[in-house]
Amino acid sequence: MTFDSGIRNPQSATRNLLEKPFRRRDLLGIRDLTAAEIIGILDTAENFSEISTREVKKVPALRGKTVINLFFEASTRTRTSFELAAKRLSADAVNISVSSSSVSKGETLLDTAMNLDAMAPDCIVVRHSSAGVPHQLAKVSKAAIVNAGDGANEHPTQALLDAMTIREHKKQIDGLEVAIVGDILHSRVARSNIHLLTKMGAKVRVAGPGTLVPEDFRHLVENGLEVCTHVEDAIEGADVVMILRIQRERQDAAYFPSLREYSIHYGLTNERLDLARKDAIVLHPGPMNRGIEIASEVADSSRSLILDQVKYGVAVRMAVLYLATGGATVNG
Amino acid sequence: MASEFDLVEKSRIMDAAGMKRALRRLATEIVEKNQGAKDLYLVGIRRRGVPLAERLRDKIEALEGEAPLYGILDITLYRDDLSTVGANPVVNRTELVEDIDGKTIILIDDVLYTGRTIRAAMDQLMDFGRPKKVQLAVLIDRGREHRELPIQADFIGKLVPTKQNEIVKVMLKEFDDVEAVGIFERP
Repeated sequence: MTFDSGIRNPQSATRNLLEKPFRRRDLLGIRDLTAAEIIGILDTAENFSEISTREVKKVPALRGKTVINLFFEASTRTRTSFELAAKRLSADAVNISVSSSSVSKGETLLDTAMNLDAMAPDCIVVRHSSAGVPHQLAKVSKAAIVNAGDGANEHPTQALLDAMTIREHKKQIDGLEVAIVGDILHSRVARSNIHLLTKMGAKVRVAGPGTLVPEDFRHLVENGLEVCTHVEDAIEGADVVMILRIQRERQDAAYFPSLREYSIHYGLTNERLDLARKDAIVLHPGPMNRGIEIASEVADSSRSLILDQVKYGVAVRMAVLYLATGGATVNG
Repeated sequence: MASEFDLVEKSRIMDAAGMKRALRRLATEIVEKNQGAKDLYLVGIRRRGVPLAERLRDKIEALEGEAPLYGILDITLYRDDLSTVGANPVVNRTELVEDIDGKTIILIDDVLYTGRTIRAAMDQLMDFGRPKKVQLAVLIDRGREHRELPIQADFIGKLVPTKQNEIVKVMLKEFDDVEAVGIFERP
């Protein structure tokens, strides 16, 4: 499968990088972005974050634009976050979830997409359990496509909000040591974060049960990625500890003996966190399995920034919708 | 698209000393009209309204012994041409920390031309609350004939009748090498 970055005119997209970062129409993955584009989105998101602190949490920027949230997978946080982001920009947001869609009546994905397209939305936010679905939609749709999670491939807005949280607390990402712990194999959050953090100059260490760390990650070593067998090796000296959810719904086989055993060997406890730097911060993309991948004492401590992540998620998605619907360099 | 480097300066209409005098007079007029600095809230419009607002705040504090409140508006998200300007322009932060309810707002910008920026600024202000009054102070007014909306300034540094193909550029040390106002033209 080839992943189309959505750029119809790649030369002009890169030429204008410095003065106008992020000029792509679609946001399909972090892998396609340059560091300058990532910084452009994060800077924009930081300026959008103030809007959510106002009494009137709404600006007219996207008045008259339509955003469709097309979710083929269950999601509360991400869908709500995108919906609030669209509404705070005055766009009209429509939510379609799989249970209420005609997909369950036998329609193909592309037919669904073309039917939605005929209603002239400006942006389609899509989540699907199969990797590459947003990229396929981007080929047929006139709307800007934003990937809200495709299978185990990417979840770009999650990586962006994680980066925004890190920047708010650590000022910069360059030079930081980041440990990502857990079910790397099934995690689109891990993939997007590894791309983003290494592009931004962080040193990333991943750790998890051998069965849950994919072989294809080992080629990323040259970009600053290190694969650790023991969770302690990954966490030691880290500035940021990112804990992933055990995705039982994606695991079609027994990757580890039991949740209890996983918790004993890989769960983030205060003792393990003590190996990290004193000012280390803890991130988790949610929803948390308390007592499995993260101990309650850690989740509820001041070092855990899980609610900050949710807060910045709205700002990041506002920035992405604003930039994506702004009509990039497509066809000049 | 033409960049700033393509522009030719036709005439210089204000130098650093002239700008200083104009701002001093604006500060005096603002406190005179509003009988002091009490409940005054200076709001600079990004970008070049911001340093002008800072200078006016300092001058008003020197005159009255009391500093007016101060904030910053970024009007990008309230522009009426967002769907026509191509890629969406860069958004900066709005900073209105103090409540604007019941205050006398002095909107401050460098140049008054079509009035569309001021319309956007007023719409944004109203989303923040209900000020008692809103007044407009500009360093340069390009003249009523260019106005596309019924908006006029209450305080004007200098009225400069201009042609439509001319560009008035207020240069400030925060952004440029010099402190001056010039009329420019595309060659």
